[in-house]
Amino acid sequence: MASKNTIQLNGNEFSFEPGETILEVAAENSIDIPTLCHLKNTTPTGSCNVCVVEVKDEPDLLKACSTPASSGMVITTESPGVFESRKATIKLLLASGNHNCAVRGSDTTDWIGFQLSVQGNDQSDDLCPVWGDCQLQDLAYRYQVSAPVFDESKTPFPTETVNPFIVRDFSRCIKCEKCVKACNEIQVNNAISVGYKGSETKIVAADDKPLKDSDCVFCGECIQVCPVGALTEKDIRYRVRPWEMNKIRTTCSYCGVGCQIYLHVKDNRVVKVSGVEDTAPNFGSLCVKGRFGFDFINSPERLSSPLIRENGVLRKAGWDEALNLVADQFKSIITEHGADSIGVLTSARITNEDNYIVNKFTRAVLKTNNIDHCARL
Amino acid sequence: MAGLAAAFGSGAMTNTIGDIEDADVILVTGSNTTENHPVLSRHIKRAVSFKGTKLLLVDPRRIKLAGFADMWLRQKLGTDVAWLNGMMRVIISENLYDQEFVENRTVAFDDLKKTVEKYTPEYVQEITGINANDLKKAARLYARAKAASIIYCMGITQHTSGTDNVKSLANLAMLCGNMGIRGGGVNPLRGQNNVQGACDLGGLPNVFSGYQPVTDEAARNKMENAWGVTGLPDKIGLTATQMIPKAHDGELKALYVIGENPLVSDPDLNHAEKSLANLDFFVVQDIFLTETAKMADVVLPSKCFAEKEGTFANTERLVQRVRKAVEPPGQALDDWKITCEIGERMGFPMSYQSSRSIMDEIASVTPSYAGINYDRIEQNGLHWPCPNENHPGTPILHQSQFTCGKGNFHAIEYRPAAEDIDDEYPLYLTTGRVLYHYHTGTMTMKSEGLNERVPDCFVEISSEDADKYKIKNGTMVTIASRRGNISAAANVSSKAVAGTVFIPFHFAEAAANRLTNAALDPVSRIPEYKVCAVKMSKSA
Ligand code: SF4
Ligand code: SF4
Ligand code: SF4
Ligand code: FES
Repeated sequence: MASKNTIQLNGNEFSFEPGETILEVAAENSIDIPTLCHLKNTTPTGSCNVCVVEVKDEPDLLKACSTPASSGMVITTESPGVFESRKATIKLLLASGNHNCAVRGSDTTDWIGFQLSVQGNDQSDDLCPVWGDCQLQDLAYRYQVSAPVFDESKTPFPTETVNPFIVRDFSRCIKCEKCVKACNEIQVNNAISVGYKGSETKIVAADDKPLKDSDCVFCGECIQVCPVGALTEKDIRYRVRPWEMNKIRTTCSYCGVGCQIYLHVKDNRVVKVSGVEDTAPNFGSLCVKGRFGFDFINSPERLSSPLIRENGVLRKAGWDEALNLVADQFKSIITEHGADSIGVLTSARITNEDNYIVNKFTRAVLKTNNIDHCARL
Repeated sequence: MAGLAAAFGSGAMTNTIGDIEDADVILVTGSNTTENHPVLSRHIKRAVSFKGTKLLLVDPRRIKLAGFADMWLRQKLGTDVAWLNGMMRVIISENLYDQEFVENRTVAFDDLKKTVEKYTPEYVQEITGINANDLKKAARLYARAKAASIIYCMGITQHTSGTDNVKSLANLAMLCGNMGIRGGGVNPLRGQNNVQGACDLGGLPNVFSGYQPVTDEAARNKMENAWGVTGLPDKIGLTATQMIPKAHDGELKALYVIGENPLVSDPDLNHAEKSLANLDFFVVQDIFLTETAKMADVVLPSKCFAEKEGTFANTERLVQRVRKAVEPPGQALDDWKITCEIGERMGFPMSYQSSRSIMDEIASVTPSYAGINYDRIEQNGLHWPCPNENHPGTPILHQSQFTCGKGNFHAIEYRPAAEDIDDEYPLYLTTGRVLYHYHTGTMTMKSEGLNERVPDCFVEISSEDADKYKIKNGTMVTIASRRGNISAAANVSSKAVAGTVFIPFHFAEAAANRLTNAALDPVSRIPEYKVCAVKMSKSA
């Protein structure tokens, strides 16, 4: 007999903590169960049906994301029944909106007509903006699904583009509600909710206003969790394709929270920022500055050469000329007026290593303790 | 953070960000957390919304967190010591304090007790405007919590009484035994990304890296040996807020400013401008030609964070990696590289292979960073103190004892702000930040999207004051103080309360700091950005 607080997953026994869901036990043991509507650290939505698994002696498949593990369960995560169910679910989702990636299938009735209508809606000749970075597309490949029926591509709600940061394309929304959970339970901005009912379901801000006129603070958490192309960054939509970007992990340079971020780089330009998930201090969350405030990096106004004042105006100079001038001036001021006639303001914006060097330079080279930064300010 | 260091022996956030969700009560004061530390604020909002945590907010503005608070107390600007003393008086007289903790882990309780005695709720109401009954309720709420966290920011420190305010918060936390436990602590939030690191690594006039005093001979000898020099200066240097007047008087001849823009951020800007113009030699090292850089004799272009390898220390003392993602523009160099080059040209050998080797040197001379190296923080950061390479770091400070042994209570009397309102200047002005911009705006104002959200400076006023002055949303108004005046559009907002206007300080064109008072806290030398007296009129 199975001992207390253990379940069997695909033939192996695993222990669990009371209250854990099947999905959580599986994840802890590196068993992959696909999900679309599940969002960690929020209450389960249980709406997409993708996470279903077979539990021995249960008449129906159960949702792994919302079913608590209970002692003695014998679970199969990829049985033929599960496979068929997921296939059907994915097929329905693909057919429900403008999912014009190639997985849409070749058994087409009117592929061309469909493409043209979607492209008109998107104002682009390309396939879906998140092609290659979409969880629905991934699942369609994994389960070899194509969607034979093209519904008259109905987009009851027009795409919203009137704010500077986020495009909301309702034609690709699969109503997984992850954005709503992210906004209300992770960031607790309470800006969006599920509005209307049934097939007319729409994720609405306030009483169906544009985001810019709602409580939205453009943290972009909703974009990061959206599994499909319904929510995207406005500035790169159709301009930068997902596979063109490299990701480099670093630390946000704005406030003292120190969020862990990925800089997404294309052609030596930062084009997008996302939050690093599963790690402190931010666990994937960011604010509007961290996520959208990166334009300064590549600004044409960046200083690119040393400048020296001559006859009242700043002119370009080479490093040697500028550095020699600074060193000579410091030396002669020290000789004439003493080291304490020089002050150094280091910075709360530069790195620890930079600051340490400024501290060493001020004390060991200039020989003064006149060093401070603007933490006070 | 001189106040915290005096109380506990260490001036940093005592607990971690994640830890906030474990508090039973959170006291937030002087921090508009949702705008200034948005991702941290989500922990406060989550705790309140889903974990039954109670939020006690003490703030002069009706900020967004007021909507999450169980109690919002609105104090008159600059009266923080009074309401804190009042709360402690209630807690002591109702015997709600943690006697065991006070006895075993602190000193000078009797002085505190004597001093707070006269701060009866009624007296405090007179000074602060906080209703006496509300004060009692708030005191009980905080004192009865198993773990209560105090979170504060510049609304507490940017006063002439800033150090006193911080000491009073430390008093309150110790009184209720809220130190060294999960969900407790006294937690200053750092405004800029690496304030903590700049302090940790010797960017202060009185200490080397790791807060080793320059007045301590042993510390100086140690650094002299490590750096291969003799005669390190033993006299405490000038603070930023002292350097400016010295430049004005001609005593300071040269200034080397790195990555700062004092010509927007300094108090009493008109005076600061004249002071800098008076320097014999002025060097600015930055990523943009800021208002400050435009006045320099030499401008040195540096890399921004996305072009650098290195580390930042966040507000919870977590040392994390910064990595290079793109090439710098033109000839821009690492800040450390530029400084080293100047040092070399002055005849002092300062050459390093990489930022990694600088961190190794930091670890060798800085006890609190001794166990930190790049290999260890490749994936996750480490909280200092981290005294050796096997040490896991210290997320919660002061667990079994304070850094200085026993915690010090400070008996503190309330002192009014340096400037009060009068017939001529009848309104209070307070300054701060908005969500969409950062500091002096040199970075955020390069983003069209952020500018679209908040394009210009504004003056936030209450609807009562709007009626009184016959001002509508969008009307251009002139705000004048004894030091200067600026014009900006009025923003009639429910955040504002009658009698007080708020102006963000990000904007160079309408710099709020033309108005603010350069009066300094006597210990921390922080200027009084948060209170000054102004008058308002419709712009001509
Ligand atoms: S951007 Fe942030 S606040 Fe706005 S809807 Fe998305 S999650 Fe909510
Ligand atoms: S917008 Fe995205 S995250 Fe939100 S419900 Fe639609 S598909 Fe899900
Ligand atoms: S993303 Fe926002 S909250 Fe996080 S560190 Fe950057 S500025 Fe701070
Ligand atoms: S993930 Fe379980 S129902 Fe969607």
